[in-house]
Amino acid sequence: MDTNNNLTELFKKYEQELLTDWIKEQLAVIPLHENLLTEFEVKQDTTDFYNAFQLAIQGGELVDIKGAHWEKTLQLLDNITKSRTRLGFTPTETATFIFSLKQPLFTLIQKEFGRDVNTPGKELWAATVLLDKLGLYTAESYIKTKEEIIRRQQNEMLELSTPVVKVWDKILALPLIGTLDSIRTQVVMETLLQEIVRTESSVAIIDITGVPTVDTLVAQHLMKTVSAARLMGAECIISGIRPQIAQSMVHLGVTFSDITTRATLADAIRHAFAQTGVKVSRASRQV
Amino acid sequence: MDNIMDRIPILKMGQFLLVTIQVDMYDRLAMALQDDLTTKIVEHNSKGVLIDISSLEMVDSFIGRMLGSVASMSRMLDAVTVVVGMQPAVAITMVELGLSLSGVRTALNVEQGMSVLNGLVAHEVEGADYDSEE
Amino acid sequence: MILKSETLELREDNAVVRVRQRARALAIEIGLGLVDQTKIVTATSELARNTVDYGGGGTATLDVINEGNRRGLKLTFSDQGPGIENIDLALTDGYTTGGGLGLGLSGSRRLVNDFSIDSTPGIGTTVSITRWI
Repeated sequence: MDTNNNLTELFKKYEQELLTDWIKEQLAVIPLHENLLTEFEVKQDTTDFYNAFQLAIQGGELVDIKGAHWEKTLQLLDNITKSRTRLGFTPTETATFIFSLKQPLFTLIQKEFGRDVNTPGKELWAATVLLDKLGLYTAESYIKTKEEIIRRQQNEMLELSTPVVKVWDKILALPLIGTLDSIRTQVVMETLLQEIVRTESSVAIIDITGVPTVDTLVAQHLMKTVSAARLMGAECIISGIRPQIAQSMVHLGVTFSDITTRATLADAIRHAFAQTGVKVSRASRQV
Repeated sequence: MDNIMDRIPILKMGQFLLVTIQVDMYDRLAMALQDDLTTKIVEHNSKGVLIDISSLEMVDSFIGRMLGSVASMSRMLDAVTVVVGMQPAVAITMVELGLSLSGVRTALNVEQGMSVLNGLVAHEVEGADYDSEE
Repeated sequence: MILKSETLELREDNAVVRVRQRARALAIEIGLGLVDQTKIVTATSELARNTVDYGGGGTATLDVINEGNRRGLKLTFSDQGPGIENIDLALTDGYTTGGGLGLGLSGSRRLVNDFSIDSTPGIGTTVSITRWI
């Protein structure tokens, strides 16, 4: 408890010195750029965090930072790390925010408690443990932010990769390109079914010319899409089945027996025309 | 919320019956609908039944079975059943659950459902066998 | 960690509707997409009906839970009914003792991420399902 009190007192007593040195340390390491992070922002972040930090340690808890006392401080640290991560900072650079407090703090501890042989050890140890924990917290926060970015980009890519196009009145086509995994197939399925309802289309063509391989799982997903469309009152045709794919599917035991399949998109469109009662004829040349 | 409705209304439109399910289905309501529909088919000598489920948020195995039974019963009474307006999320869930509604005709909306019924009935007048599945 | 919990009585088929509506509301609250909402609500309907029809009534507990970074909706259906003799058989598609389609248990399992069933003949049955976001 004494150790905690000592540290709390230290932070209060030497606020100005610590802040100045800490900011100086940071500015020496962190890449500054007018458009990214200005000196003013570094000062602002540091001062805000210092204030929250002081409140947190007044609670007397320096070991477990998961408690209620630390909630606001961690939130702040989270925000600071997040915004720097988005600016393209490396994990080292984001962690520097915390670790650059070490040197000024340790120098001060040495100076303040150096008279007693035993004390500086304790204070030093407590401060190290605490700063390490906060440093690791920035690393976690960094990874979380990156994961969020990846997830968002994945979603954007999924949306881009399902272009449902209207071929004719009441006929839709979905040309699939690239590998189909479960998540993507689910998005494809939902998008297609929603478009069927929106455009009141009675026939939808799923063209898999651009899909390199169709394994049993993908085949299953395709069949589910066809079944769901049928429940809603629309017919699905699968087209663009290349010879190798037809061979490998039969070997896998998938025959698509109760599904309309066509070799090419053109054949599928011809079938769809017949289903919806559209007749196509060559116009006689006008002079 | 409990005694929302004892019966789902059935509308008569010419030789067809129209049912729009707009409430949360529970089992007794589903059974009552089955009873009422068969009674009305006979009473009005109806040739077709159109069930609009576009407001249904889910179709579980019980409702699925009810829809299948209604289709079978009306077929026995010489009427065709078309289920229309199933939402994509409901259809995806039904497939995953393992329900296929075999023997039930479906259409995207009331308009398309009506033209299915008209087509089938017109066929029948010409003497064609409308029961054969395509 | 349970963030929120509520328990509803399941005595008659009207109660199934109420449990379904609460499940829908909580699914929306934790941010599940429309398809996932429909899946958990449909599974809820199947299992709640089992509790009423086969278990002779019981309770449904709806929990919003938290595990690491993810949130989920967990539903637990408990009854003090006759229990299930052969769980593996009961989980087979098309197997039924009550004249239904036999998709209640097996189908619900496909609609959720986690599924667990615990049943003792003569004591009762508890089924838990979870859908994660």
